[in-house]
Amino acid sequence: MIYLDNSATTSPYPEVLESFRKVSESYYGNPSSIHQFGGEAEKLLHKATKQAANLLKVDSSELIFTSGGTESNNLAIKGIALQHQNRGRHIITTQIEHPSVLEACQALESHGFDVTYLSVDAEGKIDMEQLKNEIRDDTILISVMHVNNELGTIQPIKQIADIVIKHPKLFFHVDHVQGLGKISLDFTHPGIHLCSMSSHKIHGLKGTGLLYIQSGTTLSPLLHGGGQQSSTRPGTENLAGIVAMVKAMRLTFEKQKHGYGHLIKLSDIIRNLLQKDDRIMINTPRDGAPHILNISVPKFKPEVVIHALGKKNIFISTKSACSSKHSDESAVLAACGLGMERTHYGLRISLSYQNTEEEVRQFCKEFKEVLDELNEVMR
Amino acid sequence: MDHIYLDHAATTPVHPEVVKEMVPVLEGIFGNPSSVHHYGRQARKILDQARSTIAHSIGANEKEIVFTSGGTEADNMALLGVARQEQHKGKHIITTSVEHHATLRTAEYLEKQGFEVTYLPVDKNGFISITDLENNLREDTILVSVMYVNNEVGSIQPIQDIGELLKEHQAYFHTDAVQAYGLLSIDVNQLGVDLLSTSAHKIYGPKGIGFLYVREGIQLEPTQYGGEQERKRRAGTENTAAVKGFQAAVELVNNEREGRNHQYNSFKTIFMQGLKEKGVSFTINGDSQHTVSSIINLSFPGTNVESLLTNFDLSGIAASSGSACTAGSVEPSHVLSAMYGSNDERTTNSIRFSFGIANDEEQVKTSAEKVADIVNRLTR
Ligand SMILES: Cc1ncc(COP(=O)(O)O)c(C=O)c1O
Ligand SMILES: Cc1ncc(COP(=O)(O)O)c(C=O)c1O
Repeated sequence: MIYLDNSATTSPYPEVLESFRKVSESYYGNPSSIHQFGGEAEKLLHKATKQAANLLKVDSSELIFTSGGTESNNLAIKGIALQHQNRGRHIITTQIEHPSVLEACQALESHGFDVTYLSVDAEGKIDMEQLKNEIRDDTILISVMHVNNELGTIQPIKQIADIVIKHPKLFFHVDHVQGLGKISLDFTHPGIHLCSMSSHKIHGLKGTGLLYIQSGTTLSPLLHGGGQQSSTRPGTENLAGIVAMVKAMRLTFEKQKHGYGHLIKLSDIIRNLLQKDDRIMINTPRDGAPHILNISVPKFKPEVVIHALGKKNIFISTKSACSSKHSDESAVLAACGLGMERTHYGLRISLSYQNTEEEVRQFCKEFKEVLDELNEVMR
Repeated sequence: MDHIYLDHAATTPVHPEVVKEMVPVLEGIFGNPSSVHHYGRQARKILDQARSTIAHSIGANEKEIVFTSGGTEADNMALLGVARQEQHKGKHIITTSVEHHATLRTAEYLEKQGFEVTYLPVDKNGFISITDLENNLREDTILVSVMYVNNEVGSIQPIQDIGELLKEHQAYFHTDAVQAYGLLSIDVNQLGVDLLSTSAHKIYGPKGIGFLYVREGIQLEPTQYGGEQERKRRAGTENTAAVKGFQAAVELVNNEREGRNHQYNSFKTIFMQGLKEKGVSFTINGDSQHTVSSIINLSFPGTNVESLLTNFDLSGIAASSGSACTAGSVEPSHVLSAMYGSNDERTTNSIRFSFGIANDEEQVKTSAEKVADIVNRLTR
């Protein structure tokens, strides 16, 4: 099996499963209970939060655990919008955000907010001048993803944050779901107020995410209930999932230190091998994240290619999993202004530190064979 | 010292059988259910099967189950979802003064948003009155939310009667069944409910998963956007392994419900017998008939919650003052205040004991002895 769909989701590390199991079995108390069982659970919750905070170089009080990246994005965007709407009702984001950002913004539009969707160039990058020009007196939030989930394009988060600090009324949210453990982000930058992360993209488990909320930033919660997590995110904490996420973060950060070069190497191998084939066009820019490679193979229906590869036990994807059921066109590639021959024929190869050189070479070989076979059929 | 866990209403240990069912999914079926390839389809199948088992457990169909991150989210989704979707029909909501905070705080939030909320009072046994509800129903009432089983005293509300009453009314009927699911047999059609919340960690499933039953045809404004999951009602990559664990917990309930109820009822009797034998003076908060088998809430005159809980804990008994979510601060219970008035001493000297599969008869006897000794010591 060659699994190259790590941006959709990853297989959990064995150590992560071990943690999950251990906590599920031995720490079942409710952290809010004041007896022994609850106390132990609470201590473990504090410890895990502290570890996560150390890894991200932030304060424990700045981290909120959620049910995933989608909730983190919704909490950040709707939370800021509803809390600060008296100061203004304008939001800036981009045309190529994940649906959890785009649709949260659209929902706000229907509640009377004004949203600017920044366009991107052919490489998926926003234009800093345009961003600056769009900032108005009533702009309260900018939400820009760090690494795009389909293209791997990296946005200039630091530059945006530098601009944001010049506008005291402005909050900046970063969707860091695809960047975490791959492309570092300086959480200590005063211009980054909110940042979303998700466990299952870094070999943790589904159903757990994180939202970093810079101290001093207030937001309106999505959910109401018991006072858990400072009332920002009530509900009995999923302690086993939380501990598993922190474990996955620690392991992934270690891999990032030593394995980043490995990812670049794998990415270069695929790029070089596929580039030679003139049926294949590479959409991901050279300076994109090394774990995502988006390509187009005009005239070859993506589902057919995926299906054929699946038969050979090789797994890649079309667009982001969340929107796989839509029409063929990739909204992200379309926003890049690419032509039909690219937007309708996009494929995504996404890597993890676990993939090997042999795997990617084998993939390239089999991929070309699949195209050859399909070529025969199509003729 | 072996600690004895008498706080199953706060949360339950994960059943070993549940863990066993989850492990292969965690290890082998990690695909994203939205992916079109083999791994995605495999994960999708797990979801579909679980949804079917769970739907059947309450007499619903698969399309009516929306998985959430737990009971709090399910309650929020019901209240906020109906309020936002139906506000053109009216802005009045009826609930009770003894709901869980997941409902109460959401109702209070809606009040700030311009909705009007009526909080029905309860009698000394913790029950609302149907006549009272009827009198408070208005033309602009869009939602009635009454919990099935109260988490502090275990009282079972007359859900079916409420369902009957609301049949001819535009208002949707939501019930928080977090404490009922797993102990009472539930049929949404028989009960006449439109929305029903549950949470897996109260029935020996994993934390971080629950569901909201949404009767077919009802539209809710989502609390969370961003994908096609759960028929666009709840975006976010599905928590496949937890869903599988939830299914396993529900299957266990299907087989064991009667046995569990029988056992917990006998625990209750043994526990109280043990206290009586040692001459402890106590009263039961709430009704002794219309309550669930697992929860008993006792008042110990002349004591106070904090010293009781501290002493219990020191002697290895884990009980609680009521809802775990507010337990950290040990405020007077809003449920007991609603039943007896906020000045009644029972609001500050009562303890909830809740039994579960982590207990056996021996433990219950031992706890009764320890509790009796502590209460006697504190009141002497
Ligand atoms: C960029 C980005 N943001 C947010 C999400 C949503 O995260 P989750 O699946 O944990 O809800 C994803 C993944 O689906 C993503 O790729
Ligand atoms: C009656 C009731 N409703 C809702 C909840 C909230 O459920 P969860 O902890 O899964 O968010 C609880 C438990 O805390 C409860 O007892």
